[in-house]
Amino acid sequence: MELNANIPSGPLAEKWDRYRFERKLVSPANKRKYDIIVVGTGLAGASASATLAELGYAVKTFCIQDSPRRAHSIAAQGGINAAKNYANDGDSIWRLFYDTIKGGDFRAREANVYRLAQVSNEIIDQAVAQGIPFARDYGGLLANRSFGGAQVSRTFYARGQTGQQLLLGAYSALMRQAAAGKVTIVPRREMLDLVLVNGRARGIVVRNLITGEVENHSAHAVVLCTGGYGNVYFLSTNAMASNVTACYRAYKRGAVFANPCYTQIHPTCIPVHGDYQSKLTLMSESLRNDGRVWVPKKPGDKRPPREIPEEERDYYLENKYPSFGNLVPRDVASRNAKEQCDMGKGVGETGRAVYLDFEDAIRRDGKDVIAQKYGNLFQMYEKITGENPYETPMMIYPAVHYTMGGLWVDYNLMSTIPGLFVLGEANFSDHGANRLGASALMQGLADGYFVLPYTIGGYLAAESFPDVPVDHPAFKEAARDVQARVERFLAVGGKRTVDDFHRELGHIMWEHCGMARTNEGLNKAKGMIQALRGEFWENVKVPGSERDFNQSLERAGRVADFLEFGELMITDALARQESCGCHLNEAYQTEENEAKRDDENFCHVACWEYAGDDKEPVFHKEPLVFENVELTQRSYK
Amino acid sequence: MSKTINLTLKVWRQEGPEKKGRLETYPAKEISTDMSFLEMIDVINDRLTLDGKEPIAFDHDCREGICGMCGAVVNGHAHGPEKGTTLCQLHMRHFSDGDTIVVEPWRARAFKVIKDLVVDRSAFDEIIRAGGYISANTGGAPDGNAIPIPKEVADTAMDAAACIGCGACVAACPNASAMLFVGAKVSHLGLLPQGRPEAARRVQSMVDRMDELGFGNCTNEAECEAACPKEISITNIARLNREFLKAKLFSPHS
Repeated sequence: MELNANIPSGPLAEKWDRYRFERKLVSPANKRKYDIIVVGTGLAGASASATLAELGYAVKTFCIQDSPRRAHSIAAQGGINAAKNYANDGDSIWRLFYDTIKGGDFRAREANVYRLAQVSNEIIDQAVAQGIPFARDYGGLLANRSFGGAQVSRTFYARGQTGQQLLLGAYSALMRQAAAGKVTIVPRREMLDLVLVNGRARGIVVRNLITGEVENHSAHAVVLCTGGYGNVYFLSTNAMASNVTACYRAYKRGAVFANPCYTQIHPTCIPVHGDYQSKLTLMSESLRNDGRVWVPKKPGDKRPPREIPEEERDYYLENKYPSFGNLVPRDVASRNAKEQCDMGKGVGETGRAVYLDFEDAIRRDGKDVIAQKYGNLFQMYEKITGENPYETPMMIYPAVHYTMGGLWVDYNLMSTIPGLFVLGEANFSDHGANRLGASALMQGLADGYFVLPYTIGGYLAAESFPDVPVDHPAFKEAARDVQARVERFLAVGGKRTVDDFHRELGHIMWEHCGMARTNEGLNKAKGMIQALRGEFWENVKVPGSERDFNQSLERAGRVADFLEFGELMITDALARQESCGCHLNEAYQTEENEAKRDDENFCHVACWEYAGDDKEPVFHKEPLVFENVELTQRSYK
Repeated sequence: MSKTINLTLKVWRQEGPEKKGRLETYPAKEISTDMSFLEMIDVINDRLTLDGKEPIAFDHDCREGICGMCGAVVNGHAHGPEKGTTLCQLHMRHFSDGDTIVVEPWRARAFKVIKDLVVDRSAFDEIIRAGGYISANTGGAPDGNAIPIPKEVADTAMDAAACIGCGACVAACPNASAMLFVGAKVSHLGLLPQGRPEAARRVQSMVDRMDELGFGNCTNEAECEAACPKEISITNIARLNREFLKAKLFSPHS
């Protein structure tokens, strides 16, 4: 398979403009003749749906929750990057581009990332026009803060609820189009298959989560905005319903999956505290602006934090990385936390935590200033842990947060299946091997507001489309498969719950395919997952019936896909015999324990094509060509 | 330090919108006080599943208090007894060994029960659809700093915009009124200069839709404010009333 990224020619800064001129257009009168299905209503899905409808396309938008306002983009706290340079600190499109490429450890496509940096400014303008109440200075102008991996202040924010506000903005634009009759919103549906006709994506099969009915929906193009797959680890900061199923079903229909092993472990989360725990909670990276990370110098020091004198504390990030200090990128911060805990310097009941301390910031700026910036985060921390972070330092530990891997897409955001577009976290395109903070919101909205609406037109204008009714044989077959699978879950009648399997899978993935990986561990995990998958189909217990609101059945489908997908992640991790960004293979480290890349052999996107159940997937690679930046060992010292 | 407690749950079970519901009693033994309320239900559900019974259906997603998907009436309080807390952020350390806890769905004419604790809140989407937006097509927006907005105004708008659309205000109100939800959105958008051009049309359209959908009237009980997990202030209802009156008296759209 030839993977052509379809990157426009010409100088980097001119590619997007040239592309927009050269791409074919659909005339305004013809747009309404095209039906477009959008799956997911996070930042990418809601913004794409609204914008496509504004352009005149007939849009049908699906979401798994009861309302399109709830997708997990809503939980993003800290902010959204843009190259506005309002802070006058030397920012530019080029710098945002460079920081993102470097932050991703040189494993992302130059042209995509440059385009992302270019449209970043328009996102802020659009969001302000929609009424997003961004933080402002007393003069009434927009305020900025700093995030990891950057030495400029380019992050726009709405208290600790930036994702919520941006999502509600996109949701309101979506509802406006729904009112205008341009978007049909179909909530409480889960996409369970992609339907191809003559090799093109022409529709989806969904399950109505209230009635259990299996439904077919056809269109001229399908846009997946279904988020990331961090829940393969069971415990993550993702919402409970976040899953890989829509993407994985597309993979099984022929869409190539890129870099599945790239998983971001976020350094500042509330530590794990019990077996019953259902999810982990993130504490925004923005806290690292004012909080200082430390551990006791002496391993096993169990004194309360305030009794440990200054000279017996190790502010290890500040000491090791003097120029970025507490604001090193996430992968670096996470690995260092693990390293400190592995040395026995971890704190708290389990010893798997480090302190994030605001004592100095409160002394310097006063409690009120800190409360204004982070009040809701401090409150959330106190609710969960029962401790007051104004008085005692927070305890944090890394947790699975974001997945850089995703379905492979070209410059048009189209997958290897013609007519299947993939946006936001669900695609692989912009973050390389590590995403910088405040870049996920930027990418989701860039894809939805400013990229897809242009690129999809070129696809539609270039093809002619025969009508595909929903009783087409391809739909009937896909619906029959979906129905059979649902019935199979209910028929097993075993002795273990779905969550029990999920939890065990999560342990395997976290242990062997988490923050640090070894070939031995990965090989072992592969066998363990295969065995667990075998047991799942013999011993899972799914109560209730299919024609009903049945949450256990929903979860069974998602976990069954995770049990296959986890193995794909491990296959990918084993194939990448280097370390880069979040993928750390212990055999490949610099002397200072940083990820050591092998640009000669691994400067590529690893792409996997489905070859059949229980068969090894077929490997393809898209070489990454860097014409504008020099590949260097990342240094944040 | 965590410890465990034993509780008795009385949970509303209802197979479907047209079926008759009833409270069923379940023992909740050895519940860690570090658990969230929803994690406690997860544990009960695991036990029910293994006993061959149907687990309790309940909506939930982010489990960090921001998506607005979860919610139930716990011992008579929407989202439980802790102030400013969603059900997913309510932790079991606030309960005592031996407690009996009654768990029921939101009850309102506009929110039909789907199953057990799950209700249909699509009426909220309907209200937003009626005008809870600023009409600004993608592209062509002026620079983000083109209109300075005083910090106090942006902050007050943000206070109102923090609403998560969970429906606790409706569940807590003796009249099942949605005035706090509507007031929060009308305030958020109406306070900002970008939202003024459509302010009169917006408030009338949203209030009309709210009435059509079967929500009750506001009689200043202030239960909504007390139950709101985001502590949205009841002053937003006052602002809604002012905006509505102003629109009715002076707007050409009325």
